[in-house]
Amino acid sequence: MAEEHYLELSENPVQFEHASSVNNVFFDEANKQVFAVRSGGATGVVVKGPDDKCSVAFRMDDKGEVKCIKFSIGNKILAVQRTLKSVVFPDKRSLKLLKSQSINVNWYQYCPETAVILLSTTVQGNVLQPFAFRNGTMTKMSKFEIELPVIPKPAKLSLSERDIAMATIYGQLYVMYLKHHSRTVNSPGAEVVLYHLPRDGTCKKSHVLKLNMTGKFALNIVDNLVVVHHQSSQVSGSEPEPGPFSGPAAVPTQPPVPCQLYSSSWSVFQPDIIISASEGYLWYLQVKLPPTVHLLQDKGKLMDFLLRRRDCKMVILSVCSQSQEKASLPVVATVFDKLNQVYKEYLEAEQSYAAATESGTSRGGAAQKRPVRTQAVIDQSDMYTHVLSSFTERKDVTHKFIIAVVMEYIRSLNQYQITVQHYLYELVIKTLVQNNLFYMLHQFLQYHVLSDSKPLACLLLSLESTYPPAHQLSLDMLKVGPEPDRVGRYSHAVNRSSREAPLNCHLGNTTEKIAIPDDFNKVSRTLR
Amino acid sequence: MVVRNPMIEKPNKDGKPPAIEYQEEEILDTVYGAVVRQCYSMYKLFNGTFGRAMEAGGVELLIQKLEKFFYRYLQTLHLQSCDLLDVFGGISFFPLDKMTYLKIQSFVNRVEESLSLIKYTAFLYNDQLIWSGLEQDDMRILYKYLTTSLFPRHSEPELAGRDSPLRPEVTGNLLHYGRFLTGPTNLKDPEAKFRFPKIFVSAEEGYEELHLIVYKAMSAAACFMISATVELTREFCEQLDSLVGPQLTLLASDICEQFTINRRISGPEKEPQFKFIYFNHMNLAEKSTIHMRKTASVCLTSVHPDLMKILGDINCDFARFDEDEEIIVKAMTDYWVVGKKSDQRELYVILNQKNANLILVNEEVKRLCATQFNNIFFLD
Repeated sequence: MAEEHYLELSENPVQFEHASSVNNVFFDEANKQVFAVRSGGATGVVVKGPDDKCSVAFRMDDKGEVKCIKFSIGNKILAVQRTLKSVVFPDKRSLKLLKSQSINVNWYQYCPETAVILLSTTVQGNVLQPFAFRNGTMTKMSKFEIELPVIPKPAKLSLSERDIAMATIYGQLYVMYLKHHSRTVNSPGAEVVLYHLPRDGTCKKSHVLKLNMTGKFALNIVDNLVVVHHQSSQVSGSEPEPGPFSGPAAVPTQPPVPCQLYSSSWSVFQPDIIISASEGYLWYLQVKLPPTVHLLQDKGKLMDFLLRRRDCKMVILSVCSQSQEKASLPVVATVFDKLNQVYKEYLEAEQSYAAATESGTSRGGAAQKRPVRTQAVIDQSDMYTHVLSSFTERKDVTHKFIIAVVMEYIRSLNQYQITVQHYLYELVIKTLVQNNLFYMLHQFLQYHVLSDSKPLACLLLSLESTYPPAHQLSLDMLKVGPEPDRVGRYSHAVNRSSREAPLNCHLGNTTEKIAIPDDFNKVSRTLR
Repeated sequence: MVVRNPMIEKPNKDGKPPAIEYQEEEILDTVYGAVVRQCYSMYKLFNGTFGRAMEAGGVELLIQKLEKFFYRYLQTLHLQSCDLLDVFGGISFFPLDKMTYLKIQSFVNRVEESLSLIKYTAFLYNDQLIWSGLEQDDMRILYKYLTTSLFPRHSEPELAGRDSPLRPEVTGNLLHYGRFLTGPTNLKDPEAKFRFPKIFVSAEEGYEELHLIVYKAMSAAACFMISATVELTREFCEQLDSLVGPQLTLLASDICEQFTINRRISGPEKEPQFKFIYFNHMNLAEKSTIHMRKTASVCLTSVHPDLMKILGDINCDFARFDEDEEIIVKAMTDYWVVGKKSDQRELYVILNQKNANLILVNEEVKRLCATQFNNIFFLD
């Protein structure tokens, strides 16, 4: 299958001069910048960032081997570390000590997205002390212990920074621990243990992802998916949070530039960066959604998975189209329900935002943010355009099934109290008429399943010559509608007008033009 | 079948035998004409057309079939209580909100998808129709059979004794109240034989013969019709029972809940204070606040038979012309009868008011239309 791979490296990696005897490469995780330092800076430093169209280049005096080099935000201040204990700022500025903390630290990790630093303390190194940086202050968070697979005796450092990664998943900070089980223990293999680190409160172990493999691993987070790279089998799998699904094997697609996949010179940075210093590339790891549809057989779970991904709309719609060929009605119903739940949540958020802004700022408090419409919001227009209108034209599916599917969508919309758009009702009527299912149409109208509206009433009138009861049904509909007193005059207008399909509906003494869709007229004409 | 005009004997003064006076106006031809047509429809439902019998075995077979059918059927007729409703031969529809209706649609579609043998489905609640997959004329006679013959024969299982086979069936872990009204009465007995009644409905080329499966759970009844060419096995019945039983039970309680809620919302104003009969020729929908529950053996009306005859006469008048009409009749004592015909609909109202006049009566009827029939267009 050509479409197997659902993880891929970005098409246009950031290219830089690869590491060599004269060139040292440094990566700043906070700003995601790559520094290529030639000859200690004497022959030039080239800085490339993810969004930079052009790189920043400068020279600095070679004052010894550079251990670390970073820019501040906006590339305003440069910091260079050449010794173990000092940092140099080329520009003269004043520096102020804000806070100091005395702790025995083995190693640290910093998460720029959340501005949290994690310190490894104690001899074994598995008691982690986080600090949060906020508004120029440093706050101590509650410390927590990572469960080690084996307690070493005598105690020694058993947790290295390579085993830990920090990541934001669904807006929450997690500490991921790559737990390797020793070979003697009959365990299935390595695990990824997730610890949820909330802003306030204690850190708790939240998930365990079983890998069923041993060896060298690396972790990335892409689109809220935990990606585990396994070097020896050259494979990467992913697990979404919460609720993992079986991690399948997938190999990234061939990147456009020649390089060695999974080479040992690859470095993985959070959340989604892979760097090959020896070849001079920085890639972003990306998810290709279309191949993922084959991963989950249960369409309900597949929907849950897709609804959480960023660029999910077209994939979801294509799953809907396909499932209507093969799936059964209960599955179709479940899919519709999941989509409409998300759709309804968005509609409600929009409504409360509109209500809040209307009532003005008199309410005080923080101004509400306009709800963002993610791709997971599939509305009726999307469903109609991409799925239903072509589905109803299919010749290889029974008309019974077509109508059942559309009615299932209408049922689902009603269940979530979403007003059904009139073009969906038109679709039902058109399909029923095309298949001569007039007695069904009559019953739907009798029970007001197809909600009354003026456009629908006019549509029914255009059916009159093929199906006489339509006359009565449309008059009833007009009576219930917004202008009931016009109905009496209207009925006379109908009796006198020509029997050619009226493209305009004349109501009362004003001529109100209500367009009847062209294809509908075609249908009613062919039936005569 | 012979219907005699009722007669009264008038004693004669001169010692001659009493004179017999036939009271032709007491009987409405339209009513008994309709009864005859209905007899034929009922025969045809279970036996197919006369022509079919003739083809199979000539006149002899036809006579046999007719004898067999009418021997039982005629005993169920109560000609004295036949009236306007027989002329209409309508169907009473159960009022339902949109959401519950859609749930029922969903149920019907899913059952038809899982059990692909099923060709047509009908759904009833409380002896009233909600959904019909059959064409109108077929549903009309099937409805009459169900409501006047089949349903009255079966009592509710909740009333049955502890050891009765009518107790709720346990399917797996699900307790459900579903059971077959036609076919196997006891699924647990593998030796018991069963058969489903066969009915004939109209199809593209004449007619088609179907098995009639009627399955009930509490007050909800589902009719499943399967081609008679298929042999229905015990396994199939068990499959249907385990699929439909729980779902139908749930639906029945949903409908009951909705109905109670709607009754509470609409309040006592909607309770019929008017005595009326409504019929729509287009969808055969009928509603009567005059007739009590119709069973095979009894049909009570709450109005004097003379008034029913007036209704019948008005109906005859309506049938003569195509145009919309309104007829108001001042009957005996304080009774007024109003008949209204609009498009394909007929409405008959019986009012009892002292010192009423045409204008008052007219306004009362308008009020009735506005409250009871507010979503139906009646030309004034």
